Amino acid sequence: MDIKLSGIHHSYGEREVLRNINLDIASGQIVCIVGPSGCGKSTLLRLIGGLERPSLGDILQVGDVPEGCLNPLTYVFQDFALLPWRSVAGNISLVLEDHGISRVESQDIINNVLERCKLSDFADVFPKQISGGMKQRVAIARALAVNPAVMLMDEPLSALDSQTRELLMDDIVSLWTRKPFTAVYVTHNLAEAVRLGHRIVVLSRRPGEIREVVTIDKPLSERRHADPDLEQQQNTLWQMMRDEAMAADAELINA
Amino acid sequence: MPNDSKPDSKGAKSNFDYTKQAPGSHLATKQQPVPFRGGGFAPVSRPWMGFVVFFVLIAFLEAGTRIGFISALTIPKPSDVFNTFVELYSSGLLWTHLMPSLTRFVIGAAIGTVLGVSLGIAIGLFSYVRAGLVPLVAALFPVPKIALLPLFVIWFGIDEASKYALIAFGTFTPMVVATYGAVDNVDRGLIRMGQSFNLAWFSIVRKIVLPGAMAGILSGLRIALAIAIILLVAAEMLGAEYGIGAYILQAGSLYDLERLFTGVAILSILGVLVNSAIGLIEKRVLRWRM
Repeated sequence: MDIKLSGIHHSYGEREVLRNINLDIASGQIVCIVGPSGCGKSTLLRLIGGLERPSLGDILQVGDVPEGCLNPLTYVFQDFALLPWRSVAGNISLVLEDHGISRVESQDIINNVLERCKLSDFADVFPKQISGGMKQRVAIARALAVNPAVMLMDEPLSALDSQTRELLMDDIVSLWTRKPFTAVYVTHNLAEAVRLGHRIVVLSRRPGEIREVVTIDKPLSERRHADPDLEQQQNTLWQMMRDEAMAADAELINA
Repeated sequence: MPNDSKPDSKGAKSNFDYTKQAPGSHLATKQQPVPFRGGGFAPVSRPWMGFVVFFVLIAFLEAGTRIGFISALTIPKPSDVFNTFVELYSSGLLWTHLMPSLTRFVIGAAIGTVLGVSLGIAIGLFSYVRAGLVPLVAALFPVPKIALLPLFVIWFGIDEASKYALIAFGTFTPMVVATYGAVDNVDRGLIRMGQSFNLAWFSIVRKIVLPGAMAGILSGLRIALAIAIILLVAAEMLGAEYGIGAYILQAGSLYDLERLFTGVAILSILGVLVNSAIGLIEKRVLRWRM
């Protein structure tokens, strides 16, 4: 299943946040969206997943939802959004409960995603007892449990320290290599974008417009930390964004 | 490359050791420990403290009435109150008074709490209900419910029903206010998460909103049940043959201070028991917060 955005405009009252966004998200690819703070990249993600309605324009699902998919558009949130009163396994079972899946079957799914995210030993602990990195692994496992057609990742690593971030990036790469998934990955971190993105969409500052779409051909599995090619790409991106970021930084909030 | 870097890093290390004592430091001058300023503002469990306070208070009253610096007219001797309680218990009258009171308390509070929590959730979830009923609840909250007892007697008769209604009404308003406040405070991010996974509306309410609001609901319940005990006695004072309130009223009209205080002590014990029962429920239901 692909996603097609055509002519998206969005504003909150008088305040225009997104302008004329046209974008195709092809299945099996990770599309990263980068841009200066406040450029509307998270808003764009909420629009894609139907948590908000665009003021103008269409967001289309192209093609059939793949078989066995319980929730085609599935988010991974920056703040993890785990229920603190449910265990790790309970948080994953939450999203399976409304689909009439048998107990045995849902237990199978839970075990499978926990194993894929290296969480098998943590099934019965509560979110409060585990580190931020582990929490985000749980959130990713929960997203994988519903077998999504498109994963919508909203700065998933931004609440983590840089070492945990490296580890999780490796995990995301290995998850993708084992079984490619489609994802829209919003981030302000260019290093994440060049490590994980097949395509990188650069937004301008508010109102966000697509400035450039950069394609990185190097396969995900061959990208390494401090890879000179990637550093090069990252630098180009930064040159492109630097002035915008400075202007965005100097802007008054709510002005 | 590794051979190269080895002596280099060693050199850097000894260099670091050398400069451990920064050039500007004067170790010879005055030294003193950094003062600790981070104490307090963190409640710690001290379970015996409550008993100590009760014990000291009662011991003080007992000593005061025995020695005589507290006159027997001001307050009865705690030991006499205790004897009256034992008498009440052995005569079997304790249960005759306690059972009707407990029944009224449980039924009235249950009706009020269930209705209050339901309406509170409805106010928390639906903007129209909120806009329509929050002013009404605000208008009802400060009404002294005792003043409405004659009205309830006309509506529900002189028997038990009017007492249930009074207690239910008294617990209802604080439960509504506590519940919708608690629902308002449920993390919106969690609700969005539920919606993003296409959970059914009812699932979101049952699995996300209710557990998220539980802490606030339980702390509202503490207040509501204390109000229920107050209203229980008020209702019984106005027309009941048996009940702790009737017992206190009888004792009061005879100026029998021992019996009056026995009744009051029973109510206090009831209050403490209710409070610790809620504490136990909190411990179970809110285990995830520990």
